[in-house]
Amino acid sequence: MSVLQALDLRRRSASSVPPPAAGKPAAVAVAKLIDVSKCIGCKACQAACLEWNQLDQPIGYTDGTYDNPTDLTTASWTVMRFTEYEHGDDLEWLIRKDGCMHCDDPGCLKACPAPGAIVQYTNGIVDFVSENCIGCGYCLKGCPFNIPRISQTTSKAYKCTLCSDRVVVGQAPACAKACPTQAIYFGTKDDMIAHAGKRIVDLKSRGYQNAGLYNPQGVGGTHVMYVLQHADKPSLYAGLPDNPHISPLVGIWKGVMKPLSLAAIAFAGAFGFLHYITKGPNTVSEHDEAKADELAAGKDRA
Amino acid sequence: MSEHIKPVSRYTTGARINHWITAVSLILLALSGMALFHPSLYFLTGLFGGGEFTRVIHPWIGVVLAISFLGLFFRFFTLNLWNRDDTVWMKNLGAVINNKEEGLPEVGKYNAGQKLVFWGQSILIFALLCSGVVLWDTYFATYTTIDQKRLSAVIHALCAIGVILIWIVHVYAAIWVKGTIRAMTQGSVTGGWAWKHHRKWFRQEVGKP
Repeated sequence: MSVLQALDLRRRSASSVPPPAAGKPAAVAVAKLIDVSKCIGCKACQAACLEWNQLDQPIGYTDGTYDNPTDLTTASWTVMRFTEYEHGDDLEWLIRKDGCMHCDDPGCLKACPAPGAIVQYTNGIVDFVSENCIGCGYCLKGCPFNIPRISQTTSKAYKCTLCSDRVVVGQAPACAKACPTQAIYFGTKDDMIAHAGKRIVDLKSRGYQNAGLYNPQGVGGTHVMYVLQHADKPSLYAGLPDNPHISPLVGIWKGVMKPLSLAAIAFAGAFGFLHYITKGPNTVSEHDEAKADELAAGKDRA
Repeated sequence: MSEHIKPVSRYTTGARINHWITAVSLILLALSGMALFHPSLYFLTGLFGGGEFTRVIHPWIGVVLAISFLGLFFRFFTLNLWNRDDTVWMKNLGAVINNKEEGLPEVGKYNAGQKLVFWGQSILIFALLCSGVVLWDTYFATYTTIDQKRLSAVIHALCAIGVILIWIVHVYAAIWVKGTIRAMTQGSVTGGWAWKHHRKWFRQEVGKP
């Protein structure tokens, strides 16, 4: 994907972004809402994603589950993850459509060292810009959800774009368009939160007392949200993080370490220079040379 | 001016080549590493043909450095073992910095400061090699977890800054103490230099047949 010029940037990796032009109306934050309780696991969303983005997922293998492929790949930017949840005599099939969450505070973007390889538009979409990507894999370390994948052939990172190229012309993402049960909604983030509220009321009336919205605040909220039957235990859903946040190690690496390191190097250089101009060079005198001759001569005689 | 004794041999040709391979690779590693460490220095990737080439070449230069430094390590580690005189030398570091080293114990081939540079770089380069392999996704991505890679990224950056700081001390000391650089360019030093800075070593050298 390249940068969509029709969308304003909010953040740009390893660089600063000028504020949008004065007088321009603020962009509306968008979001995708995935209602896990309505998902039937048909994988139409996966097929639509491959088709719209012209991706080719090679035929793989089965590991005995319905997950196909078994993990996200550079071609499969979304994968249905099936979990059999047993409690008491009851069995529930929890089917979560995994993919980029489009964090409001994106760890991938913060970790990226290449200027402009990851951008966040003012509508909230986080996008990878392949032409600037250097394939270092830092985005994988920044991501709290383990989403980006590096291609073995192109050495670039790939993930869900939230169909930014469809959104920019007023279309919903391909997965949302294809979903036969309307388990995937797309709209403004406010509308999606409101709609989720209604769905949660409905689920609670059906006995799902812990139904709720997954919009984790540890990453500033996300632009892909889930309605979960068991929102008190997100990790039931194939390891969805209960409280995702950017790793503190990434925070140190990409935060305090950068200025402190350059300051330490500058200080060491300055100290050397100051030492030289105040204490001067340490020189060998004619006297030292004479002493050396004396010692060497003495040894010769010995 | 009288004729002085002939220069004292300090480094063999092999040791000098070994040193300069290490030096060049360390500088290239610092430049390419800093380019990917701080966005303000990303322009340095231009020296290596762009961001992607920088990412590709950095670990390979690291392999060259690791092998080359291993050579230096085995050449010099016995000469860098710590002794009591080194502790005295370190206690009088202030006098050394003020160019007043006369009263200190006689120094062998290396003084305490040089020994600290040697061991500091040895430990840090080993840590950089280990953490660097963890970050080398092209070949080793599947062997470690993401959390281990995160930790490695922090360790790698910290150790790299340590190496660069020690490198600054090392280079500055060579500029500050006149007559030092020829040891690594020509292989020898003057008798006066050896007598002043490394007298114990000088005594051994002139004693040789």
